[in-house]
Amino acid sequence: MAIESTNTEQPTIRVVLAKLGLDGHDRGIKVVARILRDAGMEVVYLGLRQTTASIVAAAEEEDADAIGLSMHNAGHLALAPSMLAALHDADLDIPLIIGGIIPEADIPILEGSGVAAILGPGAPAEEVVTAVRGAVAART
Amino acid sequence: MDDKKHAWQEQYDATHLRDVPFETMSGVPVDPVFGDAPLPGQYPFTRGLHAAGYRSRLWTMRMFAGFGTAEDTNARFKEILRNGGMGLSTAFDMPTLMGYDSDSPWALGEVGRAGVAVDTLRDMEDLYADIDLGKVSTSMTINGPAAALLAMYIAVGEQGGVAKSDLAGTIQNDILKEYQAQKEYIYPPRPSMRIVTDMIRYTSAEMPKWHPVSISGYHIREAGSTAAQELAFTLANGFAYVEAALAEGQDVDQFGRRLSFFFNAHSDFFEEIGKFRAARRIWARWMKERYGATDERAMMCRFHTQTAGVSLTAQQPENNIARVAIQALSAALGGTQSLHTDSFDEALALPTEKAARIALRTQQVVAHETGVTNVADPLGGAPYVEWMTDEMELQAEAVFAHLDELGNGSILEGVYAGIDNGYFVGEIADAAYRFAREINNDQRIIVGLNEFTDGNDEDETNLLRIDHSVEELQRKRLEAVKQERNSAAVEASLAAIRNAAEDPTVNLMPPIIDAVKTYATEEEISNAMRNVFGTYVEQAIV
Amino acid sequence: MSVKKLSVPELVGRALEGDRRAIGRMLTLIERGGEPADEITDLTHPATKGAHVVGITGAPGAGKSTLTGQLIRHLPTLGLKPAVLAVDPSSPLTGGAILGDRVRMDDVAGDGGFIRSVATRGYAGGLALSVPGSVRAFDACGFGPVLIETVGVGQVEVDVAGAADTTVVVVNPGWGDAVQANKAGLLEVADVFVINKADRDGANDTRRDLELMLDLSHVSGLEDGTGYRPPILMTTATDGLGVEAMWEAVTAHQAHLEATSALERRRAARFRYEVASRLTTRMERSIARSLDGLTPDGRSPATVAADLAADLLA
Ligand code: B12
Ligand SMILES: Nc1nc2c(ncn2[C@@H]2O[C@H](COP(=O)(O)OP(=O)(O)OP(=O)(O)O)[C@@H](O)[C@H]2O)c(=O)[nH]1
Ligand SMILES: [Mg+2]
Repeated sequence: MAIESTNTEQPTIRVVLAKLGLDGHDRGIKVVARILRDAGMEVVYLGLRQTTASIVAAAEEEDADAIGLSMHNAGHLALAPSMLAALHDADLDIPLIIGGIIPEADIPILEGSGVAAILGPGAPAEEVVTAVRGAVAART
Repeated sequence: MDDKKHAWQEQYDATHLRDVPFETMSGVPVDPVFGDAPLPGQYPFTRGLHAAGYRSRLWTMRMFAGFGTAEDTNARFKEILRNGGMGLSTAFDMPTLMGYDSDSPWALGEVGRAGVAVDTLRDMEDLYADIDLGKVSTSMTINGPAAALLAMYIAVGEQGGVAKSDLAGTIQNDILKEYQAQKEYIYPPRPSMRIVTDMIRYTSAEMPKWHPVSISGYHIREAGSTAAQELAFTLANGFAYVEAALAEGQDVDQFGRRLSFFFNAHSDFFEEIGKFRAARRIWARWMKERYGATDERAMMCRFHTQTAGVSLTAQQPENNIARVAIQALSAALGGTQSLHTDSFDEALALPTEKAARIALRTQQVVAHETGVTNVADPLGGAPYVEWMTDEMELQAEAVFAHLDELGNGSILEGVYAGIDNGYFVGEIADAAYRFAREINNDQRIIVGLNEFTDGNDEDETNLLRIDHSVEELQRKRLEAVKQERNSAAVEASLAAIRNAAEDPTVNLMPPIIDAVKTYATEEEISNAMRNVFGTYVEQAIV
Repeated sequence: MSVKKLSVPELVGRALEGDRRAIGRMLTLIERGGEPADEITDLTHPATKGAHVVGITGAPGAGKSTLTGQLIRHLPTLGLKPAVLAVDPSSPLTGGAILGDRVRMDDVAGDGGFIRSVATRGYAGGLALSVPGSVRAFDACGFGPVLIETVGVGQVEVDVAGAADTTVVVVNPGWGDAVQANKAGLLEVADVFVINKADRDGANDTRRDLELMLDLSHVSGLEDGTGYRPPILMTTATDGLGVEAMWEAVTAHQAHLEATSALERRRAARFRYEVASRLTTRMERSIARSLDGLTPDGRSPATVAADLAADLLA
């Protein structure tokens, strides 16, 4: 019998995952979705071909604790800032985490513009989970 | 000598051989083939399509390339041909792959980045400038908007005085695997299939040297499938195209000869070789027994191979050269017709010129130094290899049976159903996660990733960077074309496409060819069909 | 300012004014349960307007999300402001969940609609509290109708069907699909049947099967003497075909409920059910507290229980 009320535990982390724009590389983000689920998080998966507007709307409605995107097609220097700007315009203080193919030289640029964490090929499950938990903890 | 051996000998004797000694490095002459019948060149072609294997012709070394503007890629193409590349293979950027122009809001940050940007015929003219399309064979990796790109290629050929009947090459145009793996669909599956069958019909009649579909397992595997799933899903898609063309009354012996395949070469050496051999055997048997082909050429599974990009690591990237070499060797031993070898900087960015050259050199080493090309199917008859081949076939047959049941006796309907109910994406996602978990639990060692990590903190190697100005430049090019063209002619040609789309008895190719010649853009042409066919949203299976 | 820092009354105040972030946050607190959720219940209850609650259920992949997506595009043209609760199971092993229904419900951003993905969080009892709570919150914030998507049947769906005024059961053409739905107990809860994917072969056969089964079975409306027989509609959700008619059938059912005072009965039953769930939760918590540290002391278990019960109910 489940008798304890849920709010005595650590609140469940809710993460919105999406592919922004046309990039169709979704193997990694789907793996990440399962990794986060298996770490006890609730993952709202938006899928492919999302816009900054659809991601902002989902983040609001789902009360997301974090937003995770993956970028593989070298559009990150345009796409990540446009996502951050959209979050800023909507007055949403939610950490943005990015995975995929990000050349080393671009990491400081993205971090400088406000991306909370960046993970690349081969990132182990543990690192993925830690990055999300850490980014969420840093904002609360 | 028994009959089969005799038939083989006749075929072999009639083959024009390359002018090199077929002997070991130490000078010992070797036979062209060992073992029992059926021999290479004999149904069901488990042992290869040609009696003489690579003695008559090496595989085509075809390196995939494309980035920036058409001019940038044109320069890389010329470099590849200078370096001994034997054919061209074109990589398009994301907007082009998805049927959007460079000035679309969807194109933000993606123009020219992951391939070359093509908006109008003008770009295609520049892409193949000073390359004799009558001499070189070209492959184009494009699916959703394939008809528009093929139309542009035909138009460029005509401008250079090459008739479409003399154009040789392949357009990927395998829309089914887009819903399953690569996700570059535009319209829903059924209208997309109609475009594919229109293209098959058109090229069968008008372009005898053209391969209208390259049925691709590569993307299925890279998206996460196992080797057996790659084999099974790919061949099932192949059966689906055959059934679709047959349903239209096309002749299996005619279009069957023009179908070709594209597989992945991953790191499990013998599993890959078994997969390649099983692919030929299954295809031949199904084409003959289920689809009634009588011409052996329509039973032959010809395939291109690419080494597994997903096997390559960002950590200690030079190690990837070794992986690629081993994978390339499996493709050669598996009897591939052409091969792309990945660059060692695969997990970091599009390849630099140097990385791409090393990749090409790697397969040249396999072809020219190892001696594996002396003997056709050199591993045939080895108990492990034969068992693996049988095992791959068995697993694939189980999938076909499932799809056949889903489709009530039609593989085509079964594939549609499997796309619709999430079977393919679900199986692929499960396999991808299993693989990731094995690495995470250290049940599977990836050198440099979860073991042998000394050296991981070295600085990143030199990367190819695409200049930001490409996007701006390409938009200006497009703007200029839009200014110059006759907009009334454009509008009329687009209306003709819409009309053709509404009438399933009309072939879409001729109006699309007319439209590209007016410099209608790729997005405009796609929109004409989006208006009629609608668009597709993926299955939400994670 | 982050809505996370607001007090519950401030948060609810902003939500009632239509602040989407505040609504999102409020739903989180409702899902977590406990005192803040109770407080929200009290604060939103007076603002409710009696929004029509529609459950949409059926086998995995039947097209529930696609249909829901079409509805939230269609309803604003009728001047309505729909909200959606899309329920998916949590992993029993890890408690986590992947919620993917939004993939097929795009295009609502900015149209005034609202979609919330909900995980079952392990035990159905939780949903029995949070779903009515979320429905109430949507209602209070001016949304209506509230659409609830759930998969298949089970305790969760029974809870959800209990929360709905009208339950739409979605099936697909194909041999045996109607039979499956029957076996799964969906026939009893259906107020409206939808045969989705009517573009496929066999839709008419499925309709015939359903009609036959309705002839033979105990349909709720017929049962309670109101003479209501669930209509069977055909839709092709991917093209939006039949969606308007489906909505008309849903409103017709609502009209029937109102005309026969069945709506009142249903809502009263629902009210009792929610009170019972809340009561049970409270009791369970108190019981847990009184059992804490309890050791055998020579009295019989029956005596101990009787004594504790007397204390608890005092
Ligand atoms: C697999 C693959 C494909 C598959 C994709 C299948 C699919 N459905 O995903 C196929 C074959 C279809 C494909 C096609 C193309 N590809 Co590709 N592809 C790859 C490849 C080899 C591996 C990517 C991958 O899935 N890795 C495995 C997963 C598990 O890892 P991951 O995605 O990196 O995710 C991990 C981390 O990054 C992190 N992570 C990722 N996302 C997130 C999100 C969050 C929130 C967090 C916390 C962590 C996180 O955690 C994950 C687990 O470790 C890469 C190169 C490489 N080796 O990385 C090229 C690569 C990305 N592709 C490339 C290109 C160019 C293309 C094409 C455009 C080619 C073309 N012109 O036709 C097309 C476009 C496809 C499309 N629709 O977008 C280029 C991009 C170039 C660049 N960035 O400069 C690459 C880099 C290869 C190359 N060097 O040329 N590709
Ligand atoms: N042919 C056809 N396909 C449809 C129709 N409606 C939905 N689909 C497809 O069916 C698949 C499942 O649709 P969803 O809307 O996700 O179904 P669901 O019932 O919400 O699925 P779950 O939430 O996973 O249980 C998708 O591929 C849709 O495109 C239809 O009317 N006709
Ligand atoms: Mg759904």
